[in-house]
Amino acid sequence: MTKKETTDWRYKVANREALIGLALALANFIWWFGFAYGMGSRPVEEYKYIMGLPDWFFISCVLGFLLITAAVIIVVKLFFVEVPFEDEEEMQ
Amino acid sequence: MNWEVIIPLIVFLVIIFFIGIWSSRKGAQVEEGGFLKDYFLGGRELGGFVLAMTMVATYGSASSFLGGPGTAYTMGFGWVLLAMTQVVTGYFVLMILGKKFAIMARKYDALTLVDFLKARYNSAPVVILSAAAIIIFLFSAMAAQWIGGARLVESLTGMSYNTALFIFAVSVLVYVTIGGFRAVAVTDAVQGGVMVVGTLVLLVGVIVAGGGVPNIMGDLINENPNLVTPFGPDGGLSKAYVSSFWILVGVGVVGLPQIAVRSMSYKNSRSMHRALIIGTVVTGIIMLNMHLIGVFARPILPGIDVGDKVIPLISMEVLPAWLAGIVLAAPMAAIMSTVDSLLILVSSTVVKDVYLNYIKPDASIKAIKRASFGVTAVLGVIVYILALNPPDLLIFLNLFAFGGLEAAFIWPIVLGLYWRHANKFGAIASMVVGIGSYIAIHYYNEANGNLFGVHTVTVPVVLSLIAFIVFSLLMKQKAYDFEGIGKGEVA
Repeated sequence: MTKKETTDWRYKVANREALIGLALALANFIWWFGFAYGMGSRPVEEYKYIMGLPDWFFISCVLGFLLITAAVIIVVKLFFVEVPFEDEEEMQ
Repeated sequence: MNWEVIIPLIVFLVIIFFIGIWSSRKGAQVEEGGFLKDYFLGGRELGGFVLAMTMVATYGSASSFLGGPGTAYTMGFGWVLLAMTQVVTGYFVLMILGKKFAIMARKYDALTLVDFLKARYNSAPVVILSAAAIIIFLFSAMAAQWIGGARLVESLTGMSYNTALFIFAVSVLVYVTIGGFRAVAVTDAVQGGVMVVGTLVLLVGVIVAGGGVPNIMGDLINENPNLVTPFGPDGGLSKAYVSSFWILVGVGVVGLPQIAVRSMSYKNSRSMHRALIIGTVVTGIIMLNMHLIGVFARPILPGIDVGDKVIPLISMEVLPAWLAGIVLAAPMAAIMSTVDSLLILVSSTVVKDVYLNYIKPDASIKAIKRASFGVTAVLGVIVYILALNPPDLLIFLNLFAFGGLEAAFIWPIVLGLYWRHANKFGAIASMVVGIGSYIAIHYYNEANGNLFGVHTVTVPVVLSLIAFIVFSLLMKQKAYDFEGIGKGEVA
């Protein structure tokens, strides 16, 4: 039995979207970790403040949150496909 | 008694109560055969908003609203950084389980997580292990939340613990028993809304009382400059430890049964897409606000030594009493929305996975109905009695409820969905190794400090993955045919 002919197209969509989820989480982690510890490791006297918050925190957590929200919106609108959940066979 | 605080709380309880009852009326209209699906899964028809809110609210518990901010008060910005790892849950769980889980659950006709595992692995030990893990751990987790809820009412109102517990228990129990999953999800949506609004109001109140954010920062730095670094007041919050929370409260949440079951409850792809966006936004706002409030409270109200009291005390300090009552409905809402979800989940496990699987597979619709209402109510009453005077065993089990369940379930769920060679041997090994190593490492860490400097959950999640893969390959079976799933395999 060749796999290609039988694969439910909805599964391909699902697999791709799960990979997108993994990629987003990874990007989210790198941003969060990089700015928090990259900038946060400086001596406190060198911190700048954005909207009153320490710069490392603002970029890592506040901006990071805004960016990941934007990324989720873009990914959902552009790449996520609406698939039917009910099986066609059920109609029998 | 502080009536200005109590009245808004009572109003909140009454509103939740009636929403729960009202949403249950829809359940009365379903045809007889659909009862179980309706009672335990809301008929698989949640829309995007309710889905997002019920996921966030179920997940956001006493720890996000009382414990977490309390720790942020002590630890400073390092703990807010840690708390923000939870934003990932807003999109990750639904994207990973996502459509595949929804499609497979419908093909199997699965109503519970155990149904899904049963159909996928076709193994009695998997069913028994997973049902036992859910019942034991989530029952204890539920009791712990129940205790937290009663303590909160007690501290806010000055009522005795027992009275507070009674009020709390009755208000949750009635609507969950009558309304089932739909009542839980709809009240969760309202409770989620209360949490968002409550945290926003309180954050503004705290910033104003502290004389603006720059002023608060100045005070924190004057007290201890380490409070504004990512490393905690004594520099003890390591990168590895904080990062390991990405597993515990981030991606590992995929393995929590109370969250996973919601991923099979939504109506269609569109609900899921909306929920992804709403869930991310709401989780982020709640976590950021609550933990910032914890940190900002420090210069305003120094010297609080019980972490759980930070939020109640700061609310009453910076807000007028009536507004504090409304804001304090938020942690109430967080606790109630977690408790109600756990109650219906444990009940579904007992009724669907134990009673209908092993005790009375041929029960009539009438018997099933009676069992469903009966089990939910009886479970609630048992939790209530236990919470009156919590036994040590309960406290002990609750320690493992969160991380232990993640280590047990994450791979059987995720690999069961996406790996053709995942089989029952892998699943059993993974669950046993996950829970076993979690308990062992918990004790090791208590005695010797954190192994590898990371949170307890990290190593068991890795070990259970290895066990899963090794045993699946070792005890090789025919690759699973995702295409050939028969209709209604578990029904």
